[in-house]
Amino acid sequence: MLLGLTGGRLLPSPRRCLLHCRHIKSAATAASGVGDGVLSAFRSICGEDGVSLGEAVREQHGKDESVHRCRPPDVVVFPRCVEEVSALAKVCHKHRLPIIPFGTGTGLEGGVGAVKGGVCFSLRNMEQVLDLHPEDFDVTVEPGVTRKALNAYLRDTGLWFPVDPGADASLCGMAATSASGTNAVRYGTMRENVMNLEVVLADGSIVHTAGKGRRPRKTSAGYNLTNLFVGSEGTLGIITKTTLRLYGIPEAMVSAVCSFPSVQAAVDSTVQTLQAGVPIARIDPEFLDDVMIDACNRFSSLSYPVTPTLFLEFHGSEQSLEEQVKTAEDITQSNGGSDFQWARDTETRNRLWKARHDAWYAALALRPGCKAYSTDVCVPLSRLPQIIVETKEDLIENRLTGPIAGHVGDGNFHCLMVVDPNNPEEMHRVHLFTERLARRALAMDGTCTGEHGVGLGKRALLCEEMGPVGIQVMRSLKDTLDPNSLMNPGKILQREEP
Amino acid sequence: KCPRVSPVVTLCYCFVSPQIRVKPDNTGVVTDGVKHSMNPFCEIAVEEAVKLKEKKLIKEVVAVSCGPQQSQETIRTALAMGADRGIHVDVSGKDYENLGPLQVSKILAALAKQEDAQLILLGKQAIDDDCNQTGQMTAALLDWPQGTFASEVSLEGDKINLVREIDGGLEHIKINTPAVITADLRLNTPRYATLPNIMKAKKKKIATVKPADLGVDLTSRLEVLKVEEPPQREAGMKVETVEDLVVKLKEAGRV
Repeated sequence: MLLGLTGGRLLPSPRRCLLHCRHIKSAATAASGVGDGVLSAFRSICGEDGVSLGEAVREQHGKDESVHRCRPPDVVVFPRCVEEVSALAKVCHKHRLPIIPFGTGTGLEGGVGAVKGGVCFSLRNMEQVLDLHPEDFDVTVEPGVTRKALNAYLRDTGLWFPVDPGADASLCGMAATSASGTNAVRYGTMRENVMNLEVVLADGSIVHTAGKGRRPRKTSAGYNLTNLFVGSEGTLGIITKTTLRLYGIPEAMVSAVCSFPSVQAAVDSTVQTLQAGVPIARIDPEFLDDVMIDACNRFSSLSYPVTPTLFLEFHGSEQSLEEQVKTAEDITQSNGGSDFQWARDTETRNRLWKARHDAWYAALALRPGCKAYSTDVCVPLSRLPQIIVETKEDLIENRLTGPIAGHVGDGNFHCLMVVDPNNPEEMHRVHLFTERLARRALAMDGTCTGEHGVGLGKRALLCEEMGPVGIQVMRSLKDTLDPNSLMNPGKILQREEP
Repeated sequence: KCPRVSPVVTLCYCFVSPQIRVKPDNTGVVTDGVKHSMNPFCEIAVEEAVKLKEKKLIKEVVAVSCGPQQSQETIRTALAMGADRGIHVDVSGKDYENLGPLQVSKILAALAKQEDAQLILLGKQAIDDDCNQTGQMTAALLDWPQGTFASEVSLEGDKINLVREIDGGLEHIKINTPAVITADLRLNTPRYATLPNIMKAKKKKIATVKPADLGVDLTSRLEVLKVEEPPQREAGMKVETVEDLVVKLKEAGRV
């Protein structure tokens, strides 16, 4: 994830895809992949309103917030409960129709594109929060429940779900992409916070990955099916319920900002603060490089020094916060940090973090009329300064605009590539750059995607990352669970053409 | 010299549901099984009261809610946000269905006298009935000044400076205490109730009273005749040319 805001906030409606859809079949031939018999079977399952062939609806469900062009499905269905999902899946299975699950369409890797047409299962009508157990810190939700909707529901209980990828994403969708967020350093990613899933497989069978209704805080019962499906991006099954781990809302929060003379100094401070950290600082540092800070200064009329900057947040009780802030301040100073500012109350904190929140827009404002694409590599902490320095040199050498923002505590950073989509030469340069960046990360024992997933664009890189044996194991699992290759074709694994 | 006021904050126990359904007999909307929680504008009012107490401008915050047993939960939330104690005015069954702004304002006026309150803070309107009447009626019954749609509140001696959001812009007024203030959206951002505060709130007291104890007559002056859903949106129609469009509009009697 990206900084607190993604392109999803920039344009609330996904109608942007109209600009990109160049190969849309007209409504008359839309259902060419789906016969009338199948359509009436769908209608008898989810009602007349639950099946749509409309061009606008299909386009809306063929695109997410990435730069990948719109690939609309042949038909969109809107099931209302898991039984309907299962019945629809059985129909698709019988007629060998591809199935593409759709949550909120806020993904960043083209995961919902129907590359082979087929049936999009839009799960937004399944929007119940089920089974909240405040005393056990868990809750079960359906796919239509988004992160913000859940946190609003939980307000009065003093609990929250802290994984925050920026967009107001479907929680089941976040499970499907193994989403992460700015709080991952402290609270973990979806992998650590999903306790159980209800999944509909390609043949319509319904599986509960930890057993139906079970929610123990830990288990060693059998294979870890839950984490098999977390991050499977819809290629192994449709997630229809997820049981999540909740946390207490922090009593108090303090935000701080500090500038550093170099990337190395910023990262060193982070590492040392984390190392000092067991009883005290639990930090969520956000790192903005000098190009980004400059953009933010210009966009938001701020005046941060134009050098690498860390934004930190501390959660805890009133007493522990003072201590944490003092320790962090000492560490940053010993690393050459300056202009350490911190704030306790909401209004001042928001002002301090304004730069970070507006970073996406600030990056776009650097080159009006352009689009933004975010890279997503993640490396071990100790390699972060080196990869950022090398990446910046690469950007300058290739005349690319790419302000950097990162979750320093995780070793994960994003280059916001601001590109002109109508300039094929530039797009090509960006593409090559992102490949070099991914390979640089892989060479440093890292991964090509820390948060966003593989989707359409990183399948080849996944092969390099996992190696042939790893990919073969993944393929065997896929072939076992989805022998007809119906679940979200074209994602994660490259298919050998038959 | 700052006034040591004891404000009374009233909460609405209203229902929050994405899909409202009308009851089959058209007498109202379905409320069974629908999630109820504190009215958002009332949350803002509670937050403002707690902020004033934190600034030591007022002595005590009392949270009040009128409704069935479950409305005690919203009082607990207010206590977790920082209110000192709660009063639950027990109204249930048919009385609760007929409970409207006039009855609530009579109850609040009676409580204000009983508690010797100097300031009543409410949300500007409830999001289930959108009446926007209770604050104003309460002020009238008590013959107190009112500052409604407040987006900024500051105490100055025994007067209150208020900024009101009105259609034409922002209105600055100064009113005497005791007074009634209703909170608008931009007054503040309500805090979350944290777990430790929720635990502490369990020890705070909620007193229960009946409207009759306050000498309030709950008979409604209004009778709901019918509640019905808005007409279903009909399918649109595509036409090929502007001339067709004009013909269709004329047919439908629109031009």
